[in-house]
Amino acid sequence: MARLATRLSWRDRLGTIAVRSGLRRNSYLMVPGLYCLGEPDGNSPVLVTGNYKLSVDTVRQELAGHHLWLLVVDTRGINVWCAGGKGTFSAAEVAYQVQNSGLAQLVNHRQLILPQLSANGVRAGELKKLCGFLGRFGPILATDLPEYLRRGEADEAMRSVTFRLSERAVLIPVEICLLWKKLLLASLLFFLLSGISPEFFTVEAALRRGTTLALANAAAIFAGAIATPLLLPWLPFRQFWLKGAVLGLLAGLIFVTVAGEGLARLELLALLLWIGGCASYLAMCFTGSTPYTSLSGVAKEMRRGLPFQIGTALLALLLWLAAPFF
Amino acid sequence: MQGYRYLDDTAILRLDAEKCIGCGNCLEVCPHRLFTLNDGKARITDGNACMECGACARNCPVEALFVNPDDGCGCAHYIINSWLARVLNKQSNGCGC
Repeated sequence: MARLATRLSWRDRLGTIAVRSGLRRNSYLMVPGLYCLGEPDGNSPVLVTGNYKLSVDTVRQELAGHHLWLLVVDTRGINVWCAGGKGTFSAAEVAYQVQNSGLAQLVNHRQLILPQLSANGVRAGELKKLCGFLGRFGPILATDLPEYLRRGEADEAMRSVTFRLSERAVLIPVEICLLWKKLLLASLLFFLLSGISPEFFTVEAALRRGTTLALANAAAIFAGAIATPLLLPWLPFRQFWLKGAVLGLLAGLIFVTVAGEGLARLELLALLLWIGGCASYLAMCFTGSTPYTSLSGVAKEMRRGLPFQIGTALLALLLWLAAPFF
Repeated sequence: MQGYRYLDDTAILRLDAEKCIGCGNCLEVCPHRLFTLNDGKARITDGNACMECGACARNCPVEALFVNPDDGCGCAHYIINSWLARVLNKQSNGCGC
């Protein structure tokens, strides 16, 4: 049986950086099955987690000096909470891995410690019937595992989900890196649109105005995908599209003040609308990364946010195209 | 969850007190700690804090809890894709997360 180190190697750390920045997001997984941490025996606890390698790395690095079994179930390389929601982290899957690994022959007890956030997928009460093991929900965070193992129970703080500044900040790179393809395509389109002039097409204008639009995109990304997550709890409004719109319009105002020299009024207005609309959209997309937005709520705010975003974007493009003709 | 509130009167979370047997599973698994146990029955103390993760309903042994069953994460890409799928009459390709 494979024994996992409780210290991450430089390869593990590079891997973490790669997934956190979106370079290899959907193929960072481990072979499911039973692993050792330290030198476990028949009385050692059994922890369960998903086979997203980032999950396994997080768990094992918190457990230096402990001797226990780690049952890695097949969640197709998806994190625990999302896998629970998608139904891959389920009682049936846990039971399958228990049986497949012959866990019953290795330990004297019949208890599994599950991550609390797998509870949306795992009906713990079913496990006993399916594999003879009793499922208990441990803490939400791997950081709390040592304390949980010492006490044998999780307190209210361990069972409450948090969204601290550091937890928000770590999500930013992946949000941005997933944008670069769209951004490249948009920039190409922007250069073409920016060149349209009364003389049919002006290369000089395409370059000059296209660059301004590309910079405006950077401002929108900064407002919607960096500043919004960082400042989340302090921004006005509960709906994310509004939070993003506020920051976007602010960023837009600063942008046209700093970079607006020599531009026509129509162009300034176009830039302001474009940055506001894009930032609003990016902020709205961040709902998917938070641990407190309900699906019903996101659908509701999208019915208001999307028309605003599509409207501002269309108006902005129209003004931008019209500007050279006035 | 301190410092955060999402939209009021939106999340779909219902508790059937008749069915509830007071086992306390929902109290344990809820990541937003919005249940209490009173006189052998679970009670929702703050329904507006619900994010519809579905952990309580999944672990309720008597189906006393109902959470918005539309699975998938509360993310905009997922919703856009499912709306597009409905318009185009095709299978939604999820959200890639």
